[in-house]
Amino acid sequence: MVDFVFLIIITSGVVLCLLRMLKGPAAPDRAVAVDTIATITTALLVLLGSIFERYVYLDVALVYAVLTFIGSVAIARFLEKGI
Amino acid sequence: MIIVVSFLIVLMLIGAIAASIFRDLISAVIAAALVSLIAAILFYFLQAPDVAMAEASIGAALTAAIFIIAVRRTKRYEE
Amino acid sequence: MQIIGTVITGIGTVFLCLGGLGVFRLPDVYNRLQAGTKCTTLGAFLTIIGVGIMHPDWLSKTLVIALFILITNPISNHALGRASRKSGVPLCDRSVVDKADEFEEYKEKQ
Repeated sequence: MVDFVFLIIITSGVVLCLLRMLKGPAAPDRAVAVDTIATITTALLVLLGSIFERYVYLDVALVYAVLTFIGSVAIARFLEKGI
Repeated sequence: MIIVVSFLIVLMLIGAIAASIFRDLISAVIAAALVSLIAAILFYFLQAPDVAMAEASIGAALTAAIFIIAVRRTKRYEE
Repeated sequence: MQIIGTVITGIGTVFLCLGGLGVFRLPDVYNRLQAGTKCTTLGAFLTIIGVGIMHPDWLSKTLVIALFILITNPISNHALGRASRKSGVPLCDRSVVDKADEFEEYKEKQ
């Protein structure tokens, strides 16, 4: 039951970031919102692994953290004019 | 649990529609990356962690980087 | 042990939700970067460590994930802030000081 409340709280944070992604005036606002969503999602994946009681599921969170970092840095390098 | 899953499906649909209507192509690439981020969580809910790992790696990092290189070679704003 | 882990995880989830609220409400890219970096780094760290305390045999892998987030999240957000500064995103009209302009004037004077 407590885990379900935690899931609802984290998902409301994702919803607020998505509203900013829809509203944001320029591309950097949207990049910031998606980067925040990626960090929130990593915590959500670890919490879901705790709910499902599977040790293997933590690997997905690790891969997710590495690869979203690469995506954010690629977008930042483009916005800085030069990849 | 089903409430959270249906909530995430609605968010993914909103992201996909936004990716198709943005005129700035970098914003469209960012929205497409968001869609595949949420798709990874949905695969995770369906007890398929290997598919979720592949979706996160290909969708979030590789597709975004390759699309950004393509946008850089052509033009940024759609008319 | 279970109760301590649950309390730490709860505090972390509240910080994550507050980070999302800051990204939605604040007026400017740089203010949003601050909310989106500090709140979510602390929130994700507390959530992951709380899960590790709940299951003590998972603690090593959760520590690795938490340390990785603690290193990479400020780096990527710093890159985004530098990129938006270089591409000319304006500050909001209520901000009072811009240290980057002063630094550029200082470098030109040298």
